[in-house]
Amino acid sequence: MPSSGAELLRRLRNGVPAVLFALPVLLIFLVFSWGPIVKGLVMSVQQTNLIDPVKWVGLENFRYVLTDPAVGQASLNTLWFTLLALLFGFPVPVLLAMFLSELRGRSWLYTMLAYLPVITPPVVAILLWRFFYDPSPNGMFNTILGHVGLGPFLWLDSPGSAMPSIVLEATWAGAGNAVIIYLAALTSVRADLYEAAELDGAGVVRRVWHVMLPHLRSVLLLMLLLQVIGTMQLFTEPLLFTGGGPQGSTMTILLLIYNYAFVNGDYGAATALSVLLALGLAVLSAVFQLATRGWSTE
Amino acid sequence: MSGERGALSDSDRRLTRIRVPFVVGQVVVLVGLLIAGLGPLLWLLKAAISPTQDSIRSPLAWFPSGQVQWGNLATAWQQGHIGYYLGNTAMIAAGTAVASLIVCTTAGYVLSVLRPRWGAVLSGAILATLFVPHIVSLVPLYLTVLKVPVVHANLTNTFWAVWLPPAASAFNVLIVKRFFDSIPREYFEAARIDGAGSIRVFTSLVLPLSRPILGVVVLLSIISSWKDYLWPLLVLTNPDLQPVSVALPKIAKVTELNIQLAGLFLALLIPVLLFLVFQRAFLRGVGLSGGIKA
Repeated sequence: MPSSGAELLRRLRNGVPAVLFALPVLLIFLVFSWGPIVKGLVMSVQQTNLIDPVKWVGLENFRYVLTDPAVGQASLNTLWFTLLALLFGFPVPVLLAMFLSELRGRSWLYTMLAYLPVITPPVVAILLWRFFYDPSPNGMFNTILGHVGLGPFLWLDSPGSAMPSIVLEATWAGAGNAVIIYLAALTSVRADLYEAAELDGAGVVRRVWHVMLPHLRSVLLLMLLLQVIGTMQLFTEPLLFTGGGPQGSTMTILLLIYNYAFVNGDYGAATALSVLLALGLAVLSAVFQLATRGWSTE
Repeated sequence: MSGERGALSDSDRRLTRIRVPFVVGQVVVLVGLLIAGLGPLLWLLKAAISPTQDSIRSPLAWFPSGQVQWGNLATAWQQGHIGYYLGNTAMIAAGTAVASLIVCTTAGYVLSVLRPRWGAVLSGAILATLFVPHIVSLVPLYLTVLKVPVVHANLTNTFWAVWLPPAASAFNVLIVKRFFDSIPREYFEAARIDGAGSIRVFTSLVLPLSRPILGVVVLLSIISSWKDYLWPLLVLTNPDLQPVSVALPKIAKVTELNIQLAGLFLALLIPVLLFLVFQRAFLRGVGLSGGIKA
């Protein structure tokens, strides 16, 4: 019996069925994932407008993109957004998750509430927040701040405050997701670690500092990297909130790629800029991994 | 008692200098989360049934002034065609979920159970896409959908254009494969000895056993297609096919504010209800994504 079982197993492993079962994933990935990735690299050294024959132009697209002053401005704007999102968006979910992990049975209500903004479709959220950001003194946020004697602010209508306003909405929209991930990491802290620390006379603050935070370290580092990669690809918010304005202050790299491709029809420049951004992110990830290798492994 | 505990021990919780700030903290956080989480939904409900002037003049008022305008919701549903666009969104979400399910279950079966010799190569090629930012393939993906290689079909303005590309998700394949890995191998041996072929093993053993993870895949793909904006904006230019996310900004430009806010409320209500009903599976799915990325 065992020998015929093993025989059967081998037949199943290498037979036609494996290929058959692999067909959907092969076809879908070839057409919609592997293909486009390779095509993107190729297109960045071509000139094409879908009508004239394709021309190979070498690094011409890259030179065009790198000398376009709009790219410099968009890069600065994107970095500014990333920095602001890190300053505000990163600590909020960490602190919230640390607090919720102490609530024991009742944390589900808090978690559920924190996750509701994540469920909200971005378009709904943005249209709603655009209304909240009404710059008139009767606008939602201006009314609230007016009660404590602040404002009225221009929010999205001034080049200085447009990007911070977008950061505020994006933080609201994204925090819930991170909270869940941190909470999952915190539930795996073994209770005896806290007990040992307590027996050694560590107060609550030191238990948080020396047990809880070190346990989150690798998740924190990873989420930090993922957040930077995510925020560098900001698109829907500036498109729907401001369209890149006022005075180009919220024009991001992705919005520029979108404009290159779908407004100007310059697919070569769009893919060249995409490749540059992807390269930038890859280098960033590599440097980040190298720099933090010592910290995340204990 | 070394069961469930956090940084605060039971004896800490009895100390006044810890209990008081802890309880105050809980109340503050709860109020904050109520405002941030439930606030927009409740405010939209109020604004949806109020006259436009209410929302503009005094957005913070608790109740509509004068008559409650329930009719706004019906107007948004019919004249604003929100109902129609929500139908499109539902079609798109359902098709995306089905396509994702087909791809990730068959792929997971190949990689976890059948394990052909070329499985490692396939698995590596799928995983590699996790590390390529989506942005690299946005423009070429659009051109692909415009003219699919070999068959030269134009998928724009058909639902295939939004159903198929999200199915190429390495993340889904990965979580399903991991789940299949956890099914005891003896089950497969036993099924084979009973004479079941690989198709039978797949349909009557693997699929029924993996309902929980398939539920997670379905929910995550429904929500992400529900939230998607840029891709349907690009490939569905025919207004008759557009989902509600693409339609709303256009409606916002031409409709009176209260009808527009009623539309937003309707578009928000369904995902929120879906979430409240399937909370567990959702949060599990997000937890999984953290585990995989970590």
